[in-house]
Amino acid sequence: MERDDIIEYSLDAHHSEEAGKAIRKKILNVTILLTLITVIEVIVGAKWGRATTTGTTWQMIKYGYIVLTLVKAAYIVLVFMHLGDEKKSLKYVVLVPYILFILYLIFIALMEALAVGNAWSTYGG
Amino acid sequence: MAVHATQQIDNSALWGGKVSPFSTSYGKLMMWFFLVSDALTFGGLLIAYGYTRHDAQDACKRGVVRWMIATIIGGFFFVGSQAWEWYHFIHGSEFGKVELVDGSQAIVRGHFGEIENFKVTVAGKHHKKGDVITEDLMHQYQHAVVAGNIENGVITLHDGSKATITKAADSHFEMIIKKDGKKHKVGDKLEGDKACKQYYEVINSGVANKVIYGANLKQNEYGPQQYAQFFFFITGFHGFHVFSGVVINIIICLGAVAGTYHKRGHYEMVEKTGLYWHFVDLVWVFVFTFFYLV
Repeated sequence: MERDDIIEYSLDAHHSEEAGKAIRKKILNVTILLTLITVIEVIVGAKWGRATTTGTTWQMIKYGYIVLTLVKAAYIVLVFMHLGDEKKSLKYVVLVPYILFILYLIFIALMEALAVGNAWSTYGG
Repeated sequence: MAVHATQQIDNSALWGGKVSPFSTSYGKLMMWFFLVSDALTFGGLLIAYGYTRHDAQDACKRGVVRWMIATIIGGFFFVGSQAWEWYHFIHGSEFGKVELVDGSQAIVRGHFGEIENFKVTVAGKHHKKGDVITEDLMHQYQHAVVAGNIENGVITLHDGSKATITKAADSHFEMIIKKDGKKHKVGDKLEGDKACKQYYEVINSGVANKVIYGANLKQNEYGPQQYAQFFFFITGFHGFHVFSGVVINIIICLGAVAGTYHKRGHYEMVEKTGLYWHFVDLVWVFVFTFFYLV
């Protein structure tokens, strides 16, 4: 059987010093950005946490957290895990089935949970 | 490395099927397949936790080695942080969750006045009358509270001796009701001396199991029991991934030191391990949001 782990591209691995610098700079920038987002999340959580904040304000903070989490996740997958540099087909093969399935699971599980919760409060659990 | 994937692969290196479908190696693709399945596992676990939340009525060698070592040190830091977090989560707060006289349950916030000593008034197996105990006070105190061994400021210790408790006053005391009772309803806030009196009425009652400290698989100071189960399962599963990642990183680091990848002609194994390591990070981003923020 032919070896499939020796790929021609590996022999081109000696990218220029400038290209290396650019890659490292990008990694550093993304790390700083992710740290910054997390620091903001923690500060918001400490001042307007779930224990003390209620109503619409908390709803907005909650969805804000989820959006920021997705932003962080996207940077991790696309930059740290290099998926952004892969072929389009590989990107879609990894992301589309997962996202479709997980959105469906979130929808069906949480709808069901709300229905069960309503049933319990109506008929007693 | 990131820049490689868009380049053409030489015919001699293509797959058995003669075409690499994604211009990537078999090994890297399999890592992605594994990660997608692992992401489904974590996704399923977190969504199951969400279910219970919603059904409530409310490349150069030296460079590689250097970064691998930094990563491994970071990994130990993550595992250590989790051990610290678990330790405090399991041991709980100084006040605990309390069941008041009317049957309602409340969590307590405020500053717990330090326990200074126990003065033995009735001798037991180890302590003589007049002994002043100054060690391991909090631990013995919480044990006695749970066992109902404190009555009117007098604690009965393990050896059967009785002692008076000297304790500084609490400050900023408030209780938030988490479960309905005959008098108090969920969300009620009790503050000041009156609340403090109600709390110590329970502590000094001599009745067992009225206060819960910390969380484990049988009791949970912080919320519904099932949340503790999910917390330990999901953070434990993630923590084990971190631990595995550290072990794998050490192995790969040794490989880099030994020159294995240099001889092989490429460092893709470092990239594949990096994919796994950053995936663990990706999981943490979600665990952090859904357990600690919302």
